[in-house]
Amino acid sequence: MATKQASTAGSGDADAAGQQQQRRKVIELEEGWKEMVVGCKKLERILAAEEGVGFSSVEYMHLYTTIYNMCTEKAPNNYSEQLYDRYPEVLEDYISKTVLPSIKEKHGEFLIRELDQRWKDHKIMVRWLSRFFHYLERVFIPRRRLPSLKETGWNCFRDLVFNAHKTTVTTIVTGMVDEEREGQIIDRTLLKNVLDIYVELGNDMKLYQEDFVVAFLKGTADYYSKKSQAWILEDTCPEYMMKAEEYLQKEKERVKHYLHSSTEEKLMEVAQRELLAKHTDQILKKLLFDDKVEDLSRMFRLFSRIDGLAPVSKVFKEHVNEQGMSLVQQAIDAAISKKSEKKDVVSMLELDFVRKILELHDKNYAYVTGCFQNHKEFHKALREAFEVVCSKDVAGCTSAELFASYCDSILRKGGIVKLSDEAIEENLDTVVKLITYIRDKDLFFEFHRLVKKLGRRLLFEKVGNEEHERSMLSKLKQNFGEQFTSKMEGMLTDITETKGEQCKYEAYIEAHLGSNPWVDLSVTVLRTGHWPTYRTCEINLPYEMAALLLLFNDSERLSYSEIVTQLKLTDDDTVRVLHSLSCAKYKILNKEPSNRTISPNDVFEFNSKFTDRMCRIKVQLPPSDEKKKVIDDVNTDRKFAIDASLVRIMKSRKISTHHNLVAECVEQLSRMFRPDVKMIKRRIEDLITREYLERDKDAVNSYRYLA
Amino acid sequence: MRRSSKKSSSSTAAATAGPTKAVSKETERIDQLFYTYADRASGMIDPEGIETFCSHLEVPHTDVRILMLAWKMGSEKQGYFTLDEWRTALKALRADSISKLKKTFPELVQEVMRPSNFLDFYTYAFRYCLTEDKKKCIEIPVACELLNLVLGLQFRPQVDKLINYLKYQSEYKVINMDQWMGFYRFCNEINFPSLDNYDSDLAWPLILDNFVEWLRENKS
Repeated sequence: MATKQASTAGSGDADAAGQQQQRRKVIELEEGWKEMVVGCKKLERILAAEEGVGFSSVEYMHLYTTIYNMCTEKAPNNYSEQLYDRYPEVLEDYISKTVLPSIKEKHGEFLIRELDQRWKDHKIMVRWLSRFFHYLERVFIPRRRLPSLKETGWNCFRDLVFNAHKTTVTTIVTGMVDEEREGQIIDRTLLKNVLDIYVELGNDMKLYQEDFVVAFLKGTADYYSKKSQAWILEDTCPEYMMKAEEYLQKEKERVKHYLHSSTEEKLMEVAQRELLAKHTDQILKKLLFDDKVEDLSRMFRLFSRIDGLAPVSKVFKEHVNEQGMSLVQQAIDAAISKKSEKKDVVSMLELDFVRKILELHDKNYAYVTGCFQNHKEFHKALREAFEVVCSKDVAGCTSAELFASYCDSILRKGGIVKLSDEAIEENLDTVVKLITYIRDKDLFFEFHRLVKKLGRRLLFEKVGNEEHERSMLSKLKQNFGEQFTSKMEGMLTDITETKGEQCKYEAYIEAHLGSNPWVDLSVTVLRTGHWPTYRTCEINLPYEMAALLLLFNDSERLSYSEIVTQLKLTDDDTVRVLHSLSCAKYKILNKEPSNRTISPNDVFEFNSKFTDRMCRIKVQLPPSDEKKKVIDDVNTDRKFAIDASLVRIMKSRKISTHHNLVAECVEQLSRMFRPDVKMIKRRIEDLITREYLERDKDAVNSYRYLA
Repeated sequence: MRRSSKKSSSSTAAATAGPTKAVSKETERIDQLFYTYADRASGMIDPEGIETFCSHLEVPHTDVRILMLAWKMGSEKQGYFTLDEWRTALKALRADSISKLKKTFPELVQEVMRPSNFLDFYTYAFRYCLTEDKKKCIEIPVACELLNLVLGLQFRPQVDKLINYLKYQSEYKVINMDQWMGFYRFCNEINFPSLDNYDSDLAWPLILDNFVEWLRENKS
């Protein structure tokens, strides 16, 4: 490179300096340009892959210097602008003469292959030319803020070659993708390279998005739309799901192989929409829940991707509900057809129903924790389905009563249902889960405690295994809190302690009186409060009847009110006994008036004329309605619970609207039962009368707490 | 019989005697009128006396105007008027004779019916019926009578239906103050007979919820 030497000599050395500072020869534009053209022609030959053609470093330097000189002269010999304008012309020339014709004559894959090659060539060409024309980048281009040589060079290709063919190219590419989808092998590298052109040429991916992705996604949508419609008609649900999963996986891999990573999200969205979202209803219609865990899991996986679990859980809920309700219906039908001697007694039939319900729950719970990955939507669906099923009465019994009876039968010694220890525990676990579905849980607890259940099991020593009893109680305590289980725990403790004492007593007797005591004594100590009240009367004439008849020893005629006063039974019980003595088969008492109902104005007279052929007669005392008693007790407890809840709420809030108070009360108590809104209103009015609350004078629908 | 807790008549007479002669004359006549009906022994007008009083006024003693007069008096015990109570009302009404008193009745009715007073009167009517035994509630038949008397004129259709219902239902045997006030609010606020703006989710007393339910059932 000829270097310019700065003149430092004084005027004396003017000549020498002048000689030294040899003014290089000014290159005229056309003169210089001619040199450049030679270089470009050589470049073309290199690109054409001619053997043995290359630039020596001298040639390279010469070209560089030519440009350099032309750009560093002072005006009017500074040809920067002209050179900048002529630079792209070189490219354009080459493109129109060589590149375009070569592409034009090709089709399909060959076309894009050609394009790929030409683009590679073009990049090389631009690189070389940029080196030759480099000096423009140093001064001229920055000063004028013009596009760089590379950019200008690339734009030539874009404007003349790419834009002219991009639509065709896109069509070819999407066509090849579809072929691959159909299972053919395609040249992935080629596609990657071609798509890279879009990326490289488009500013900020604009070219790629607008000229490729849009068409590609549409093509994908069309493809899967057709495919899915065909599959839906032909395939079973599991088959469809499998295919969908397979194809979706392939799309994901496709991105890795030749698409830009930014396309993945939209691509998956489109494919999933066509395959799954659009056909959800039809797919779910075909869904069968017959034990194909794998299929259900797949379904869950796929639908969770499109956020479409709601319809799936809905179908699941309907399925569970249907099965549960059919069990209910079966049980109801069976109960009607069987001979109903003892309507109140829960029989084998009802226990069988409970067992089937337990099985149904276990099976579907396994689906929820397994295939449905414990998703809360499915827990909810299961719960809602069972809440409905458990709200139905079977053979006149609520599910609360049935579950309590079932527990009784598996816990009692010699019960109808015999199970292994492990099975007992599993059953109890499931029962506890089912109790959460019952609205009026407090009913279950009362039944479990009383009527033929825990109390009797303990008293009559029919407890199969105390461990199980305790285990059940602790499960109940864990899930529902202490308030209901504390009484029952107390009952168990009483019996255990009693047994202990009994043993000590027997040991004592043996020690002191030998093995022949006069009286066989066994005692059971019960703490009141734990135990319900019982009347254990097993004698032929029930206690109350005898007591009532004994009253007639003192007087032949007695009025209803006299009997009630002297006997000190409840009205209900008195009516029962009187009815059995005066209105039933054997009229031991005469009643005035002699109709068949007992009223408070009746008068009774001992029937001295009573005879019968038989010596021994049995006067039936129909058992008191234990079930009714349970329900009454529960209602009384509920009143107290509501009162306590209301006072608690008002104490903390000081002032509340009616609506909020009721809503909060219902919520607080919902763990145990669903309070009747009318009952709540009644209790509120009662609390107003008892001056716990008052109506707010300023707000007509609000209450204030009275401290 | 509840003993009046008021001060003795003579001391009050001295305390309330006006400065002018006219006023003191009026007071004298009012007092005299009182004593024509009062029972010697108790110093109060008792039920018999009230009957006589009413017959002179030519108004039945079950008439609402007598109740209004009692309100004006601030009378504490049903069936009895004390001298203080008597004075309070007659002075305010500027009536010292039967004829004058009769003439003031329209004015008295107007005064009671004024919205600012009516609520007070309505509340008073309930309390007036409470007795030693029943300190917080009045029995259904009494409540029905009272409703008729006090609200009948203004709200005839509602009152008739309500009375029918109260007699028909058996859940409640007595009415308390809260329910009593509820009746008044009901008549004032609820469209009748459409009942379209009644919402049982609000804090209406339960007895009214049941009443509305009964009305709606019996409409069809």
